[in-house]
Amino acid sequence: MSTVSSTAPNSGSSAVSSAGTASTPAALGERGMQPGYNFAYLDEHTKRMIRRALLKAVAIPGYQVPFGSREMPLPYGWGTGGIQVTAAVIGAADVLKVIDQGADDTTNAVNIRSFFRKVTGVATTEKTGEATLIQTRHRIPETPLRAGQVIVYQVPIPEPLRWLEPRETETRTMHALSEYGVMHVKLYEDIVRHGRIATTYDYPVIVNGHYLMRPSPIPKFDNPKMHRNPALQLFGAGREKRVYAVPPYTDVRSLDFEDHPFTVERWEEPCALCGATEAYLDEIILDDKGGRMFVCSDTEYCGTRREQGHRGKDAA
Amino acid sequence: MYVAVKGGERAIAQSHVLVADARRGDHALAELSVAQIRQQLRLAVARVMTEGSLYDEDLAALAIKQAAGDLVEAIFLLRAYRTTLPRLADSLPLDTGRMRIERRISSAFKDLPGGQVLGPTYDYTQRLLDFSLLAEGGQPAESAPNAAAAPLEAPRVTDLLAGEGLIEGSGDQGEDRAPVDLTREPLLFPADRATRLQNLARADEGFLLALGYSTQRGYSTTHPFAAEIRFGAVPVEVFVEELGFAVEIGEIALTECQLINDFHGSAEAPPQFTRGYGLAFGHAERKAMAMALVDRSLRADEFGESTESPANDEEFVLSHSDNVEASGFVQHLKLPHYVDFQTNLEMLRRLRADWESGGEPGGEDAARIMGQQQEEEGEE
Repeated sequence: MSTVSSTAPNSGSSAVSSAGTASTPAALGERGMQPGYNFAYLDEHTKRMIRRALLKAVAIPGYQVPFGSREMPLPYGWGTGGIQVTAAVIGAADVLKVIDQGADDTTNAVNIRSFFRKVTGVATTEKTGEATLIQTRHRIPETPLRAGQVIVYQVPIPEPLRWLEPRETETRTMHALSEYGVMHVKLYEDIVRHGRIATTYDYPVIVNGHYLMRPSPIPKFDNPKMHRNPALQLFGAGREKRVYAVPPYTDVRSLDFEDHPFTVERWEEPCALCGATEAYLDEIILDDKGGRMFVCSDTEYCGTRREQGHRGKDAA
Repeated sequence: MYVAVKGGERAIAQSHVLVADARRGDHALAELSVAQIRQQLRLAVARVMTEGSLYDEDLAALAIKQAAGDLVEAIFLLRAYRTTLPRLADSLPLDTGRMRIERRISSAFKDLPGGQVLGPTYDYTQRLLDFSLLAEGGQPAESAPNAAAAPLEAPRVTDLLAGEGLIEGSGDQGEDRAPVDLTREPLLFPADRATRLQNLARADEGFLLALGYSTQRGYSTTHPFAAEIRFGAVPVEVFVEELGFAVEIGEIALTECQLINDFHGSAEAPPQFTRGYGLAFGHAERKAMAMALVDRSLRADEFGESTESPANDEEFVLSHSDNVEASGFVQHLKLPHYVDFQTNLEMLRRLRADWESGGEPGGEDAARIMGQQQEEEGEE
């Protein structure tokens, strides 16, 4: 549909003050926010639309709810779904943490955090324990989440069956019937060919005993953290226009077979900086002669452990 | 000693400075004005408005300037602004039969009421570089003929055919069915024709061009005639409830293309011409024609035609037509993926160890492999 615009770019005519939160334009100005935009960028009608979709998602764990995804000022594929979900649920009192690959200081995490600082003025943190709202790409923090926290996952492709069946009309029916044999066959073929299940990230899970769900491209190392997690887990796919959710304390089971049980990545050595043995490690290449080291992907977890006096073999 | 990378925030800020500087270019040259872009790059402006789904020549020109001429980036900028605008009113359906025509051609009839009007077109230019344009400040030798002398209106060719009952209707959906707004509601399949057309109107010109072209080379069965292509200004009217009548709020320039295909009839429908429809903001004939080709090929099912080709596949076409979506997702590969990459690296090492040991799957403990390799290489 076309819209005829007659206003100058900075007129701010789209700002709709919200009921219930302190987000009148004046209040926003006081917090040093971007003028001309509503609190958290989206207008209140859009937020309400997204919240309704989220409520439906929470009510049907693991079910992909279509929603009227908006065009965001960040590119599709760079977290527009997660950003819309965060924008729909964030309030002035929230403390926000944004990570990408487990790290708070990767460029995209920095950019999204700065976006929300600009359009909400809320406090941000790197501490997992202090955050009320965590937006993430590709990891779940190592520090266990607690009740009351919300974690928002950025999702590139929400449909777990997409690479087995590209058609939406087909996959919708398969979900309705819990017809997931094709995914079991895929994993079985892995075992026949490679002797093991070769899926390593975005490893499919069954939520609450019914829907097959993509956990987003987190390493399968993180899958067990989703199971009966006390935090609310929300998933946003902007380009694909879907949200889904795992409510607190919900069963999340990774697909496997009796004779090939689900396993996660493990490392022989601990983190070289903090000595952690139970964390997901990134491999850092040190030189062009094969030198490498393994360090925590969760930078905040690693830093906090070092502050507490834990030392790995290469710690300064 | 390894030191973790820090400072993303400063690096980003610095890249903003650099990109602004690169956009501005040599400061010894005068800065390009938005008005100049609007006036002198009108076809770029038309494409950005069309695929940006926002009719605003000034903002489209601004987006082109800000994007340093990258039209897909400009479309993205315009879309991201458009999404914040309130919906004040819906216009009445535009009547392109009331267009003030600047250009209008039909390849189906030699002459017709209103005539063939070439207007401003590159069609019959000989594509020789005009080196006189290198010399700036020159004025065109002759001024354009006074087009305002007689505003030209002409009946649409398809309406002339409809008078004889030789062509299908244009798909009136009935008054009670408001079309879906794809920028407000998700695209769901199967999609009706109005929804498909809306998607195609926003679709990337290059994508539609290639798909449309494929239908002409045998990957579908279209052999259309250009019943009419017209370009000109069309009034926009809004029905004002308080007044009880429609008010004209302005004009927008449109390019409309009606392609017609023959159809030999079926048990349900008589033999008649069928339509493929294309519409774009501003002057954008390539886009409008490609859109019309793809619209018609997406209707193959309706007419019992073969639906084997890519251009017949609704989910394939509509899911991949949007260049803002496509550009973002393709380029998201620039984002860090080292966590996923690490899992792949680990799996590859396991499989590799299996392969080297003669195909026997090793134990479940892959990490051991990684650790061992690390130690061995560390000793070198």
